[in-house]
Amino acid sequence: MSAAPTPALPPTLANNPRLDQWVRFPERGRAVVATGKVEIGQGILTAMLQIAAEELSIPPDRIELHSGDTDLSPNEGYTSGSQSIQYGGVALRLACAEVRALFLDEAAAKLGAPTEELSIEDGAVLRQGRPTGEDYWSLAGAVDLARHATGGATLKEIGAYGLVGHNMRRVDLGAKLFGQSVFVHDMKFDGMVHARVVRQPRPGATIGKIDEAGLRRAAKGPIELVRDGNFLAILGADETVVETVAAVAATHVAWENVERVNPQREEARSLLQQPSIDRLIGDPEPASPAPGRYEASFTRMHVAHASVAPSCALALYEGGKLQVWTHCQGVYPLRAALARALKLDPAAISVRHVQGPGCYGHNGADDAATDAAIIARSRPGQTVRVRWRREDEFAFDPVSPAMVVSVHAALDDRGRPADWTTEIWSGRHSSRPGGGGNLLAAEALPDAAEPPQPVDVPEASGGGGTRNGMPLYDFAKKRILHHLVPETPVRTSALRGLGATINVYAIEMAMDELSERADIDPLAYRLSVLSDKRARAVLEHAARMSRWQPGLPAGTAKGRGIAFARYKNMAAYAAVVAEVEVEEEVRLVNIWCAADAGLVVNPDGAINQLEGNIVQAASWALKEGVRLDETGIASRDWESYPVLRFSDVPEIAVELVDPKADRPPLGVGEASGGPTAAAIGNAVAHALGARIRDLPLSRERIMAALLRG
Amino acid sequence: MQLVSFTVNGRAAGVTADPDTPLLDVLRNHLGLAGTKFGCGAEQCGACMVLIDGQPEKSCGKALSTVAGKAVVTVEGLGTPDRPHPLQQAFLDEQAGQCGYCLAGILVSAKALLDKNPSPSRHQIAAALDDNICRCGSHPRILKAVARAAKAMREGAAR
Repeated sequence: MSAAPTPALPPTLANNPRLDQWVRFPERGRAVVATGKVEIGQGILTAMLQIAAEELSIPPDRIELHSGDTDLSPNEGYTSGSQSIQYGGVALRLACAEVRALFLDEAAAKLGAPTEELSIEDGAVLRQGRPTGEDYWSLAGAVDLARHATGGATLKEIGAYGLVGHNMRRVDLGAKLFGQSVFVHDMKFDGMVHARVVRQPRPGATIGKIDEAGLRRAAKGPIELVRDGNFLAILGADETVVETVAAVAATHVAWENVERVNPQREEARSLLQQPSIDRLIGDPEPASPAPGRYEASFTRMHVAHASVAPSCALALYEGGKLQVWTHCQGVYPLRAALARALKLDPAAISVRHVQGPGCYGHNGADDAATDAAIIARSRPGQTVRVRWRREDEFAFDPVSPAMVVSVHAALDDRGRPADWTTEIWSGRHSSRPGGGGNLLAAEALPDAAEPPQPVDVPEASGGGGTRNGMPLYDFAKKRILHHLVPETPVRTSALRGLGATINVYAIEMAMDELSERADIDPLAYRLSVLSDKRARAVLEHAARMSRWQPGLPAGTAKGRGIAFARYKNMAAYAAVVAEVEVEEEVRLVNIWCAADAGLVVNPDGAINQLEGNIVQAASWALKEGVRLDETGIASRDWESYPVLRFSDVPEIAVELVDPKADRPPLGVGEASGGPTAAAIGNAVAHALGARIRDLPLSRERIMAALLRG
Repeated sequence: MQLVSFTVNGRAAGVTADPDTPLLDVLRNHLGLAGTKFGCGAEQCGACMVLIDGQPEKSCGKALSTVAGKAVVTVEGLGTPDRPHPLQQAFLDEQAGQCGYCLAGILVSAKALLDKNPSPSRHQIAAALDDNICRCGSHPRILKAVARAAKAMREGAAR
């Protein structure tokens, strides 16, 4: 028998090829569907239900969805990078289509009917539209799903979709509105103990002296201390008692070997003095610089995830088995990291995702899970709940690295870039635990492994510091010069958009300045060097939404700006127009966004994500920058780390371009951030008649620009 | 330890605890009402907002002793899936939320606003919610949802 060529499976299906890892029919009337992707506020559970229900032809309310559980769901790595629908959804869709095809084949054999005459509706097999008495459950005993996917199944015609492409209400929202216990923070077990970690102030710090008597005096009830090397935690049955002691613990625990941070590293330009690992991506550099050059440099400070709740996790160690409940983005990578740190067999660890506060990248969730696991190991049989304190969430959350981005362009005789360099200085954008190490508590243990060498996100995954550094415009030569700065003053990792936010800010600001120099409307200027039809379409759509008018005068305190990017140059396209008024501060008036995300599973869900990314990016652009002092992160509350509040939020309109067209879905959750920051920057420049190249666009910077006027 | 009596969502409650215990801990850990959330413990984010005698207050900063004899309302006291408060219905209709962690506090702040002002402007709604942090960026939908609830309540009252 000659092997037929196997169609390439989507990556996460290839890694989890057994169909029963994705779909099962354990009892009559009910299907169990599993996804490795987890709900982090983005509505993925709803979208996955739509995909599975559509492709299986089963009503969504008859599907039980398992998500992010090392005992129950496939290993799809992390829920990150706007990849859940683009890859995880595509894998689930194909697995469900293949399951449906297998059942149709079995029904055909059983009924002696040609497969072409059969279809499935509401889980029941129909022949030429009439009931056959067969359904998924009557056939389930005869169809063995413990087999590998072939990728050969025919997908449902998009024209026949009744769920995908239509709005579906989020399945998780109701419980959150009625105050039901849905978050990991809300979990309770009999005999559960509460814990707070007294964190190493800096990596490598060692415990000098613990004033245990002082800690106990501060406690209004029984507490216990757990110490393992330089890991220290306070626990007790009464959370209030534990919290009260934790609040004063700093005065009772003396740390030694605490390295100091240079507070000047708060400023992004300090990166230019640091050693770096350098590389060139794209066209070789020209031998001699061309005339007609443009150069400008843009910066952004460190930015915090600043989730609305601090990290939390529960763990139970019993009979040699460890169970962990966590709001992390990747249960399998965390399991692998915990196994290494605790010297346990991965098979003895179950990691379960439970929802937490909105997650915009690698925050403290994995670390809190590790805290809970270490404490639980010392208290067999007792469920341990760790909840970080707010100040610790700000202080120990891995932040998005500060960045400097310089644009160098050589212009042709019509003032358009012929040769373009985006030169990027940045710390790494990923220090996730899966690759080994990078867990705070594990590094405090006596036998801690050396931390791994810093690496950035590879280009195939969209790059880290380099993300969106390569312009999509038709320049004859373009390249990125990337300076990865391995040593950062504070821990850095992934935040929504990674380097794309400031790279898009730099590129789109530069395009605006170049259009001014060429005396061409910024929209027309962009379109003159942009042949990608989908890119042009979103720009033109956003311009229509905003009634874009060329030639509005600059420097009137009212401004409009436009910006565009295709996220990672391979996910969704988004164009944004911002309208602002600037006096001493920026007031956002309107933001319009057009996005092309290919086939959209849940249009309202995608719009919700684009809106959220707009608000968050507006907050980054106007308000956010992590403050440092000698101890590390100094901005440890919402006053020293302000974010956008309700009164700061403008009217926002988002439209999808062609969301029902038969095109592959493109990740959308991070698509509008860069364009929003850049459109605001361009609008502020238009309002002021002067450019501010450093983020955030704070009152101080506005005042300085006005004085320069 | 001290017995403190008050009402929660219209029912009598008596809690024996350290009188300095934050009301938030009393609600979540002593009374099993987990709808009210911990966000910062410093009265800066509004995740723990409750009504105390009709006023929106951050329960993380209110000691148990201060609510003796008072009426506390939490998100659980607004409505149920079967009988949702117009605010809860409007949030569902507008799909106003992403992670949802901030929503309990926001619903309570919004209720306090609508109890005083049945026809708030967008500006007034935003100002009433400025003590509540939403980090996912659900603000545009939340603002619409509160306006929608206000309209529904006005129409309900007129009927």
